[in-house]
Order: sequence, then C-alpha cells, then structure tokens
Amino acid sequence: MINRMNHVSIYVLDQNSAYDFYVGKLGFKVHTDAQMGPGMRWLTVCPPDQPDLEIILMPIVKGMAFTEETAEQMRQLVQKGTFGFGVFQCNDIYATYEELKAKGVEFSKPPKEEFYGVEALFKDDSGNWFSLGQKPKK
Amino acid sequence: MNEAYPRMYLYRRIVQAKIYIDAYYGSDLDIDNIADEACFSKFHFIRLFKEIYGKTPHQYLVDVRIHHACTLLATGTSVTDTCYKVGFESVGSFSSLFSKVTGFSPSRYAANKLLMKEAIQEVPLQFIPGCFTDKNGYNNSNFQEA
Repeated sequence: MINRMNHVSIYVLDQNSAYDFYVGKLGFKVHTDAQMGPGMRWLTVCPPDQPDLEIILMPIVKGMAFTEETAEQMRQLVQKGTFGFGVFQCNDIYATYEELKAKGVEFSKPPKEEFYGVEALFKDDSGNWFSLGQKPKK
Repeated sequence: MNEAYPRMYLYRRIVQAKIYIDAYYGSDLDIDNIADEACFSKFHFIRLFKEIYGKTPHQYLVDVRIHHACTLLATGTSVTDTCYKVGFESVGSFSSLFSKVTGFSPSRYAANKLLMKEAIQEVPLQFIPGCFTDKNGYNNSNFQEA
C-alpha cells in the first residue's frame, strides 16, 4: 500500500532563477542544494509546512534524461506554459495572493470561488503553471 | 476591487507587515513599530496577523529568524555570527531557542549539515532516488560520482 509521495520534480529553465523564485518569492525551504559532479546540481525545496515533500527543481539540460534535441523541445514547451504541475494549498488565499503579487509573481487568475474551494492561478519563473488553493472553510 | 475582495484593504496592510518582517528580520524589530507602520493598534494587528498566518507576529519573526539561521549555519557561518545576523542579541538565548525549535543545538545542526554535504560530495548517487538515476540514464551522464 502506498502511503505518501515525498519526491516530485518540476522542470525548470534555470536553477539559480528557480531558487530565487521558490525560496525568495514563494517562501519554500531548501532541503538539499548540492553539486553532484560536473554540471549537475541537486536542488530540492519543500513547502514550509511539508518538510517531507521534496520538490526537485530539475534543470532541462542534455544528459538529464534528455538528448540535446529533446531538451530544446522541452525548454520550449515549458517556456510556452504548456504544463500545469500542481496545486499549492495555503491557509488564506487572499493574503497569499496579495503577498505573492507584491513580490512580482505573475497571476493569470485572481482568487475566485469554485465548487472545490477558492482558487488562483500563477506561473513560476520558467513558465510552469500552478493553482493556489484554499480549502473551503467548514 | 474592495467589492470583489471585501477585506483586501486590511489584507494588504497585514501582508506588507509580513513582507517587512521577511526583509528586516535581522534588525531590532519592534512589533509596536510594525503595527504603527501598518496603521493598526497593536492588539488589532496581532489578532489580524494571527488570523491570517496562524501565528502571532512575534512567533512569525522567531520562525523567520530560525529559518535563516539554519541556512547560515548550513553554509558554514559561525554560531555567534549567525546569532547576530538573524537579529538575536544573545548567543545563549539564540542557542536555546534554536534547540527548542529544531531539536539540535546550532553547532550540532551545523556539524550534521557539514557531514551531509561531505557525504553527498563523496557518493552523490546515494542521495538521489533511483527513478531519477537508474531509470533515466543519469548514471552515465551528469550524475557522475564526484
């Protein structure tokens, strides 16, 4: 029986820029940031209240599961905003929305009541989309 | 705007206060001054801040300071320098609070991080789940043993 997920990867165009976005703007914590040999940096971050979920900020480079050709294709797809990677939860979506906007995060949808809760949409510095959600208050 | 988000005006002021704490956690921050900056009475400010962030401004400030202390210690900054850089005034109270929050003394925390860093550099593949290495051919590419 599978209980939990503890690693998930997000493909990013530039790890330094992704670090600034996920740590500096979203407020995530760095779990591991280590050079792993020539040209490879293992960089994982966690949402502040979820230290056991490592989000791997995976660079799209040749040799990382990609050939030069597929890496270029993947970079273009990410830049175009092709991928929606997940839903981040927060306690107060209006405050979080205001904070992230003040920090320069790009939203395509402000908080809006949906049948599953309040939701906003933003993208990271690479072009990956995420929902920002707040569970309906009981 | 206010019709769509009736509490937005209040939110913005509280959010600005949080961003202020995020930026100036290393200074001698006074919650009274932050409340004044946000144009709230201290009591009202603390109540609204806690309602939004689930902790008082002071608790949040301590969390931010400890978080940044972890980063500094992990990158080789001394315990004393870390203490003052993140805004604590006494190494004793910093160490005590740090231990309470993280479960490790600052020096033990730093030593653990250093050991981990050395181990990763020595055998990097041991620290990466197999689906990112074996199944994707990383073993023979960038994920080489240092």
